Amino acid sequence: MAVGLEHYLILSAVLFSIGLYGALAKRNAIIILMCIELMLNAVNIAMVAFSRYIVPLLLTGQVFVIFIMVVAAAEAAVGLAIIISIYRSRETIDATKIDLMKW
Amino acid sequence: MIGLDIAFWVLAIVGIIAALAVVLLSDVFRAALSLVVCFLAVAGIYITLSADFLAAVQVLIYVGAISVLIILAIMLTREVQRGSPSNRLRIPAFLVAILFLGGMAFAMLNTTWQVSVAPPLEPTTSALAGLLFGEGGFILPVEIAAILLLAAILGAIVLVREK
Repeated sequence: MAVGLEHYLILSAVLFSIGLYGALAKRNAIIILMCIELMLNAVNIAMVAFSRYIVPLLLTGQVFVIFIMVVAAAEAAVGLAIIISIYRSRETIDATKIDLMKW
Repeated sequence: MIGLDIAFWVLAIVGIIAALAVVLLSDVFRAALSLVVCFLAVAGIYITLSADFLAAVQVLIYVGAISVLIILAIMLTREVQRGSPSNRLRIPAFLVAILFLGGMAFAMLNTTWQVSVAPPLEPTTSALAGLLFGEGGFILPVEIAAILLLAAILGAIVLVREK
């Protein structure tokens, strides 16, 4: 069976689910951020696959992927800066112990 | 086409194993390194989808920049000794992920996609440049992305500056 659109979509869904599990179940804030990057990559694979198989000549999916990468880079920079800033003031980046805004 | 199929399967298996290692390894630093492997596998997947420019951008941004940022953050925090433990929600999170995967797979396999038989555009770089900067393209989002990046850089500098 030749590799088609469904194979890429299933791969994207598997990667997204792994990232979802990690983002929900991990305590280390850096690991949570890494899992969010994993989920964004999974979405990018789905976008490029749709662009390749449904509208091969328009490339709109690839343009969307470029913008997702820009936002992901900005998110990683700001997120890691927030984590380092929290580590400086509280000496921990355990997401279950950062509960200042919890009531 | 056989070569493309083999490349897809190899890259998909490597990517999924690396992604599982990110979630399951207890060493944070090794998890970050396997995340780099996963990003490289995704770049290879882009090449099998004939998105050559995106593969290069993936290697430059994710493998080159974001992974360095993550490893730097791991070095600056001393959480490495404590490893990567799970919280109390491990089993519910696993169930949510499995249910999500099942629902997505069901929806994807039961939809009849209108697959086009046209060959893909190659190389994509000049076509993408035309779409991003050309007439009737995405020039406004490009400008907004520049402002977003500037704001993110300034925000990151302000957040981590020594008081």
